[in-house]
Amino acid sequence: MTQTKIKSAADLGAHLAACESFAASATGPEWLRTLRCNGVTHFTELGFPTTKLEDWIYTPVTGITKLAFRLAATADATVTAEQLAPFAFPGWTGSRLVFVNGHFAPALSSLPAPQQGVTITNLAAALASGDKLVEAHLAHHASVDGSGFSALNTAFIADGAFIALAPNAVAAEPVHLLFVSVPGNAANTAQPRNLIVAGANSSAKIVEHYVSLGGAAHFTNAVTEIVVGEGANIEHAKFQEENLEAFHIATVQATLARDSRFLSHSISTGARLARHNINLVMTGQGVDCVMNGLYAVGGKQLVDHHTIADHAQPHCGSHEFYHGILGGNSRGVFNGKIFVRKDAQKTDAKQTSRNLLLTDTATVNSKPQLEILADDVKCTHGATVGQLNDEALFYCRTRGIAEVNARRLLTHAFASEIVNRITVEPVREHLEQVLWARLEELIEKK
Amino acid sequence: MNPPLIEITNLSAGINGKQILKGINLTVRPGEVHAIMGPNGSGKSTLGYVLAGRKGYDVTGGSVTYDGKDLIELSPEDRAREGLFLAFQYPVEIPGVNNTYFLRAAYNEQRKHRKQEEVDAVDFLAIVRQKMKLLELPEAMLKRAVNEGFSGGEKKRNEIFQMAVLDPKLAILDETDSGLDIDALRIVAEGVNKLKRPDNATIVITHYQRLLNYIVPDFVHVLFDGRLIKSGGKELALELEEKGYDWLIGKNGK
Repeated sequence: MTQTKIKSAADLGAHLAACESFAASATGPEWLRTLRCNGVTHFTELGFPTTKLEDWIYTPVTGITKLAFRLAATADATVTAEQLAPFAFPGWTGSRLVFVNGHFAPALSSLPAPQQGVTITNLAAALASGDKLVEAHLAHHASVDGSGFSALNTAFIADGAFIALAPNAVAAEPVHLLFVSVPGNAANTAQPRNLIVAGANSSAKIVEHYVSLGGAAHFTNAVTEIVVGEGANIEHAKFQEENLEAFHIATVQATLARDSRFLSHSISTGARLARHNINLVMTGQGVDCVMNGLYAVGGKQLVDHHTIADHAQPHCGSHEFYHGILGGNSRGVFNGKIFVRKDAQKTDAKQTSRNLLLTDTATVNSKPQLEILADDVKCTHGATVGQLNDEALFYCRTRGIAEVNARRLLTHAFASEIVNRITVEPVREHLEQVLWARLEELIEKK
Repeated sequence: MNPPLIEITNLSAGINGKQILKGINLTVRPGEVHAIMGPNGSGKSTLGYVLAGRKGYDVTGGSVTYDGKDLIELSPEDRAREGLFLAFQYPVEIPGVNNTYFLRAAYNEQRKHRKQEEVDAVDFLAIVRQKMKLLELPEAMLKRAVNEGFSGGEKKRNEIFQMAVLDPKLAILDETDSGLDIDALRIVAEGVNKLKRPDNATIVITHYQRLLNYIVPDFVHVLFDGRLIKSGGKELALELEEKGYDWLIGKNGK
């Protein structure tokens, strides 16, 4: 154990020096500087995870530690609106906040029309204006002691999205948060920090979208905290389509108050290594939440989802649906934890993880992890790994559909089951286009 | 007399080396309805699967000539495109595939095969609506995923609906009556009757005589232990209903 620590601490070098100097020099109120220092302290202790840790056993991050660490101080001004055209959702009428290398780029963004009780801005602006909600919630939900990555992100808190909904406010349009990485000599690392605070009975739909310009390696280390108030209704979709050299580590941490509804989507097609932590904590009764996820990868990609449904209170429902489509030599990891605390009676938790392997060389490790301390609960889980269903293939063929087309149809259908749960149509349309192209590639390259 | 639509000659077939069909002889001509009855395990569903071309069901002897072609040589999709349709005993659920989309894909693949122009979504919907009336199907069913979450009766109706749209020359209905209540049975049977024409034919595979009150067969065959052990007119079905299969099986030394 000590040995591991020493080894990883030695590897920290550049990252540690950078975050110490950032935490020491960056401006901001006292509480924020304390947060950052706290991040540095924890990062020093935790370092980067190694595969000796249970939660990282299948996901080596040495590629990240070896990548030079170049953090941008501001958004890259050379990015143009035309370059972002492929990432626009067809027929989108909502607002779009663009972040370049982790920093807000106002010239590329279109902010929503002002709406009573709805704040949609960037974190740096909210910090500058002294918004009390930021101080009350920032870094209060995502733990800094969970992994070195969230500690590192906390040490560098500077910018990201900030969305606040007053009680009863209903955001008129969905919000598109576009995080663009432009790897180059100036920067190859982005550490956006997002905060969403939804007051009682408020409602909004938010899309976090991660992309790259160019094909060079880069590192995204994102943390999003979502506070869902009593009776509030939030849909959060995360779509990661970064380039195939990218390293993407991200945490979505949501605290769900009584009678709230939360719909989480995670769609991941890009990055050489993508690790998504999605943690939902139900802190009040009557919460209803859904975790919906899809990954479609090939080549040497590795995609890892670690999810937690923490039932801390009785009468909550969590439903989790994850589908994976894996081609080439790709690897998938799914780890779904369900905690049912002692008092969480009448919990209804359901988890399914299904994986489709398109090649013999693709692998997946799917693991449910249930810890149930209450006795009157309904918890089910199921995991499958395999090929397309022979019976369904035969059925299609008996209707005249050629075998190759039947395979295509069933593979797309497997993806559509997940995509169809997204309620924002332009997002679904964009996803269908990207996924269609990606799946064709995976099927072709088999 | 019309030339046969399908001529099965001494057909033997099995699965995993186990012989199930042991020399079937059957000729079906356009305009005819044939019923194949038999107890469980006699090989009824195997016959349906062999004719539709399911993988793993190996033909070990005999021949099947369909519309002048060697049926066994054709892939399942080519059999469908040549007008053969199997209504499944247990229709398969395909989550994520819209029912109408699925059916149009099948319809157009069949049209392409016949060198006919493909039909766009709008024109297809018109065809579909007309066929839906035939089977008293709710329009909402079009928007659902293929068979997903359908009740047993809805699945069977969906099979006959597909048959109505694809308009096969030879339809094989595998236990389409099983699991249906009497109203659903009536609707399904009426659908089949309305689709009957002088230039198409139907093979009805069933365990019970009940369905044959609604779909009146021209010929009834009894399948037992992989062989057709008796053939007759529609009165044979009634006799079976009355006496059971035992009187026939006894005669065959089992």
